[in-house]
Amino acid sequence: MATTAEHLTQAEKARLDKTWATAPGLFGWMGTVDHKVIGIRYIVTSFLFLLIGGVEALVMRVQLAQPDLHVLTPEQYNQLFSMHGVTMIFLYALPILSGFSNYLWPLMLGARDMAFPRLNALSYWLFLCAGLFLYASFPFGAAPDGGWFNYVPNASRTYDPGPNIDIFALGLIFLGISTTVGSANFVVTLLRCRAPGMSVNRLPIIVWGTFTASVANLFAVPAVSLACAELWLDRNAGAHFFEVSGGGQPLLWQHLFWMFGHPWVYALVLPSMGIVSDALPTFCRRPLVGYTAVAIATVSTMIVGFGVWVHHMFATGIPVLALSYFSAASFVIAIPSAIAVFAWIATIWTGRPVFKVPFLYFSSFILMFVIGGVSGVMTASVALDWQLTDTYFVVAHLHYVLIGINLFPVLGGIHYWFPKMTGRMMDERLGKWAFWLVFIGFNLAFFPMHFTGLMGMPRRVYTYPAELGVGGLNLTTTIGAFLLAIGILLFVVNVARSLAKGAAAGPNPWDAPTLEWSVPSPPPPYNFGVIPLIASRHPLWEDRLDDIDDRSVLDRGFLLDEDRETLGVTPLDAEPDVILKMPGDTLLPFALAIAVTVLFAGLFAKSIWLGGVGCGAVLVVLTLWFKPVPEPLEERPRLYG
Amino acid sequence: MAEATLADRAMPVRGSGRVGTAWWGMLCLIATEAILFVYLIFSFLYLGAQSPGSWPPDGPPALRLALPDTAILLVSSGVLQWALGGQRRAEARSWRWIGGLVVTILLGTAFVAIQLLEWSRKSFAFADDSYSCAYFTLTGLHLLHVIAGLLALLVVLAWSICGRLRGPLFEQPRLAVLYWHFVDAVWLVVFTAVYLAPRIS
Repeated sequence: MATTAEHLTQAEKARLDKTWATAPGLFGWMGTVDHKVIGIRYIVTSFLFLLIGGVEALVMRVQLAQPDLHVLTPEQYNQLFSMHGVTMIFLYALPILSGFSNYLWPLMLGARDMAFPRLNALSYWLFLCAGLFLYASFPFGAAPDGGWFNYVPNASRTYDPGPNIDIFALGLIFLGISTTVGSANFVVTLLRCRAPGMSVNRLPIIVWGTFTASVANLFAVPAVSLACAELWLDRNAGAHFFEVSGGGQPLLWQHLFWMFGHPWVYALVLPSMGIVSDALPTFCRRPLVGYTAVAIATVSTMIVGFGVWVHHMFATGIPVLALSYFSAASFVIAIPSAIAVFAWIATIWTGRPVFKVPFLYFSSFILMFVIGGVSGVMTASVALDWQLTDTYFVVAHLHYVLIGINLFPVLGGIHYWFPKMTGRMMDERLGKWAFWLVFIGFNLAFFPMHFTGLMGMPRRVYTYPAELGVGGLNLTTTIGAFLLAIGILLFVVNVARSLAKGAAAGPNPWDAPTLEWSVPSPPPPYNFGVIPLIASRHPLWEDRLDDIDDRSVLDRGFLLDEDRETLGVTPLDAEPDVILKMPGDTLLPFALAIAVTVLFAGLFAKSIWLGGVGCGAVLVVLTLWFKPVPEPLEERPRLYG
Repeated sequence: MAEATLADRAMPVRGSGRVGTAWWGMLCLIATEAILFVYLIFSFLYLGAQSPGSWPPDGPPALRLALPDTAILLVSSGVLQWALGGQRRAEARSWRWIGGLVVTILLGTAFVAIQLLEWSRKSFAFADDSYSCAYFTLTGLHLLHVIAGLLALLVVLAWSICGRLRGPLFEQPRLAVLYWHFVDAVWLVVFTAVYLAPRIS
């Protein structure tokens, strides 16, 4: 069995290359629909947002380093912590995982692109435009300042009359469109665009994670989009959804926001848990322990995750029966998480660990996950939550969860797949330095925060009195934050250096089991010369694992080189049932994103003229998008071998 | 030495319905839009449940316009489904398809007109209180969906008349029809929540 796709004749390769290559120049740059390019763009853009959000955090940590400092005014502090949250949660944490999945899915699943390549480009451009929109008022000192949760009535026109909250409300609806089209693309890609034999019981766990998160996004994002639309109407059209004077209910905002917000935090971690489930086994030299249990845990976490939103609202005075139900549900959700943790520990325990940089990130991720998970279970208890809510204890918890479960796997994942994306290895020595700085800095910054919170320091307040006795803890946190930042800086330096002079990687530098490592690094634009036939969960480890009898076939099968073509399969069993024609470079996604931006600018400026132009442009582009193209009803596919 | 050959059996290209991908994409759109209405109806009912006074403030809204409007929308769905049979079979332009499409668009436009008429007869304005803004937002969001559906049907009609959608090759008409059914189904839920539920309680 061949372990790479290097088997087509040069003529065949040249033919596929010509069909699939992105056009050179500006047109190709703006018009590409290649999932690999889009994936890397997602990763780079959201990493830049991570750096911006990180700098915002550092400025806040300077302000909080000692009691009664006045580096920032309260207004500036409000904007910084709001933009820090918005940036990290909306513009970094999910988009970077979309980047990984965009890049990896077709390579892992054995397809030549996502189901809807143009939609893929659209979701990236919309994400970029929405990010810029959310930051548009920042230079004018009028950025969103109501926190990432943006509670009313604090965010109502009465108490926050500037443009700050309007930018937040419209920006989130805007970004929601990007998330929605991206999620739909993942869902349909999983159902239809896989290699024959890649049945649901053979999917990599990151595919399970992103699929689950995407389905959840389809059902959760409308809640926050609606809440933001209602808030915008309250603020600009005199509506009374939240405005008490006309019968509105401020608590409605919290319900809608957390109906979205809690599933969303799982959407931020399930794909990154998938990164660990797929990459950790490579460094343990054995398959993941309990594949089925981990896959089921992934899906069930999300299902329970839709029923726990009120645990963000324990202190709002809702009935005891509701408190009890949501508290119990929040305890229950620890079970699937624990299943995954035990699976990872067992994988390391029974494996032969190789202490490369990605392994360091993934194994410390497990530790962070347990700490963040335990503090999460603590706040699931109503009695304790009443003491802890709105203190730094919760800040510590959510950073252990988000940095521990999202950032650590992301940094490890970049180390791990960097060779695939660029053809070069990242530097190990520099990588280890960066890892230890990140690890120590992070724990130094956030572990003491638990105590800062227990001692009573409230969140979201720009300073604190010396009598509170938390000056020392805060100084420690600030020092830790800067160490973490230096670690991230070293990581970036490592990326830049390795891009230029990293060692050549070859197709499978880690000797990994999954399909993406069967193609050259970086992969050709068409991914697979022939669409592989999959027989197991570990196509590249079949010869050395005892319990696999079948062999995947990577060098013979569907060639499909007539045009931009890939194979469509049945949703569960992955039997080939249709030839899918894929679109080439097109400016439509870019144009649609610009049209939507104009529409939102019109809404923000309350200009019927500008909004009308945007709306009209959206309709025109959509019509062109769906324009019928004549095609044959059926075709005899070209095979190879 | 392996080489390229042509398969003995032909496979469908792009496919139709659940064999293609566009149909699944439309299902995703419908799912996310349906849940948007669920959240909006939740807002509506939540504001009602928490309201200290009577809800709706002026008693349940009248059915005199809404009931015929509902019937019009349901009939339009039936007509469109019937017309689709013509599009599926015909190799050339089908009068059943084009005629049915025109009737559906007229019925849809009538729905919009009657809805606007009902709006104009309301004794309250958008910004009066929580009921008024929830009422107009919910029916307004649905109205926007009807208009979006009408625009899609108009584009499909134009393509059909120009002869760009001949025969069973194209997925666009089926997607537009599916969306139109969705818009109708949502109206039944909105109608139940806004017009019928207050009468029961």
